[in-house]
Amino acid sequence: MDYFLEIFLSGLTRGSIYALIALGYTMVYGIIELINFAHGEIYMIGAFTALIIASVLTTLGMSGPAVLILAGIVAVIYASAYGFTVEKIAYKPLRGASRLSPLISAIGMSIFLQNYVMLAQTSDFLPFPNLLPELPFLESTAHIMGSTDFIIIATTAVVMVALTLLIKFTRMGKAMRATAQDRNMAMLVGVNVNRVISATFIIGSALAAIGGVLIASHIGRINFYIGFIAGIKAFTAAVLGGIGSIPGAVLGGLVLGWTECFATGYVSSDYEDAFAFALLVLILILRPAGILGKASVQKV
Amino acid sequence: MKRNPIISMTLFWVLGLFFTAISYGNATAAETIKIGVAGAHSGDLASYGIPSVKAAELVVKEVNARGGILGRQVELLVEDDVCKPEVATNTATKLASQKATAVLGHICSGATKAALGIYKDAKIVVISPSATNPELTQSGRYPNFFRTIASDDAQARLEVDFALDVLKVKKIAVLHDKGDYGKGLAEYAKKFIEESGKASVVFYEGITPGAVDYSSVVQKIKRSGAEAVIYGGYHPEASSIVSQMRRRAMKTTFISDDGVKDDTFIKVAGTYAEGVYATGPKDTTKNPLAIAAIEAHRKTYGSDPGAFFLNAYAGMQAILNAIEKARSTKYKAVAGALRSHYVDTPLGKIKFDNRGDAIGVGFSMYQVRKGVYVQVR
Repeated sequence: MDYFLEIFLSGLTRGSIYALIALGYTMVYGIIELINFAHGEIYMIGAFTALIIASVLTTLGMSGPAVLILAGIVAVIYASAYGFTVEKIAYKPLRGASRLSPLISAIGMSIFLQNYVMLAQTSDFLPFPNLLPELPFLESTAHIMGSTDFIIIATTAVVMVALTLLIKFTRMGKAMRATAQDRNMAMLVGVNVNRVISATFIIGSALAAIGGVLIASHIGRINFYIGFIAGIKAFTAAVLGGIGSIPGAVLGGLVLGWTECFATGYVSSDYEDAFAFALLVLILILRPAGILGKASVQKV
Repeated sequence: MKRNPIISMTLFWVLGLFFTAISYGNATAAETIKIGVAGAHSGDLASYGIPSVKAAELVVKEVNARGGILGRQVELLVEDDVCKPEVATNTATKLASQKATAVLGHICSGATKAALGIYKDAKIVVISPSATNPELTQSGRYPNFFRTIASDDAQARLEVDFALDVLKVKKIAVLHDKGDYGKGLAEYAKKFIEESGKASVVFYEGITPGAVDYSSVVQKIKRSGAEAVIYGGYHPEASSIVSQMRRRAMKTTFISDDGVKDDTFIKVAGTYAEGVYATGPKDTTKNPLAIAAIEAHRKTYGSDPGAFFLNAYAGMQAILNAIEKARSTKYKAVAGALRSHYVDTPLGKIKFDNRGDAIGVGFSMYQVRKGVYVQVR
């Protein structure tokens, strides 16, 4: 039973990591039906920014939560600026084009950002300091669930609730829903669609940056390539949960995380990915729109 | 629009001739001896590949300053394979079409294996400073292949002997990263442990490289009751696994290979790296040629050399020495000279056996002590 619990918690942490990144994918897809492949790179840039700021602050003699908060804020601002710019450069000019064009543009952006960071920084792995504080009440359970695991899980839950509230109850949220339903109609009734889309990218990128800081603290190392694998897994999670749905992204992340961890724990880690993708295929056969996705009529 | 097939055929032919003309022009223009340098020069394993390029540059600079080989200057053709087999075949084709006499590389075993067939058909000698997959030499399929590093089974043998005779552990978990290099090593380790009868393999699995965390594998190792883990793979995953084991207060001994005996591992895993064992090439710090080569690197590039630098340096020297001894750049003569003539290198005096393994090159066991790898055996 203990072993089951350990594996369950491992899966919860891993699933929350996927979910945190998957939220950004799903938001952008929900609004403009674009799979933003550069999202994983925004996550990576967030982690790099936090590392640079944290190193600077540590040399200046700061320590503890202040470093985490300052580095986190700068990372969020910086990554949001990147998200905003990527949208303006790579997606906005293609808004009227067929759906494939922005997809290719997104893949191009992803490759560009990876190589940009590799050239501007380094291709080596860099150690990432554990910025997260040790929570005293978790000391006794550190062998199954450490502070970083707990903080990642809690953050994912908070972010999911906050996003749902934002979309349900604020003016911006209403505008987002309107844009998602019918962009032209929303424009006709006076919604500033460009601003809504920019806001979506900024929020998505901010989430990616928060994810970047937390996950890098958990793993303890970063390089320019981390966004790719995390991005692919998070994208899988978003599709699994029903792309476009916010609770769906979190659920998809958790289901994926648990599947992988239980496959490792009870079968063999050799088949971790095989189980994860077999599940994806199975769910997409039974529910083509994902677990919580709504089957939509193709707008022509 | 419907295309006129005759016009497009003509266009195709004209373009075809055009490209042929260009490549023909290139092939005849050169008087230099061309040596390819192939390996991971970008991507996440670039830290293994770049030092070889620098080693090659240093050797060639020195040789060219002396007037070259057989009165000809040596030219390097540096090609990136990102450590990926599918890219390596393109790299090999490109080097073959540029008429390289020999190739220093590739770096990763998987990429090397993929490229070797192409070099074999093109009759090009290949010397790898780092591809340690046993099959590359032991299968006998690649008479054009040589290496200045011992093969994986030598490392696995040392790891297992060390675990059984020095650490005296009874339960061992064997892990690998599913790659040609890591899995090959793990299979040998498992075989050697089982043959010895002194200990049992309680856990044998492959992990997914690049995953966001390895806590479930770590839990499973803990449950298996292993006293030591033998890991076949590279440092990014090793640092994650070691960190997560130590964070969960597991004291399991961690033994790995020269994919982990890299300073990046210590830098990334930090204090968690303490006590980790890794096999790596024999200590050469007292060899005057090695000291000179490292000094030259410091002077030219302003930093200490990285992984496999000396192996690459020795490989490059062996190639050029063989060409000089053979007085020819013909494949048969060069390959013969590599097998018959000793050459003084930073790794010691080496020549190659019939299978292509270097005689006089081997491994030692290292341990991380106070943030540096120290030779323990």
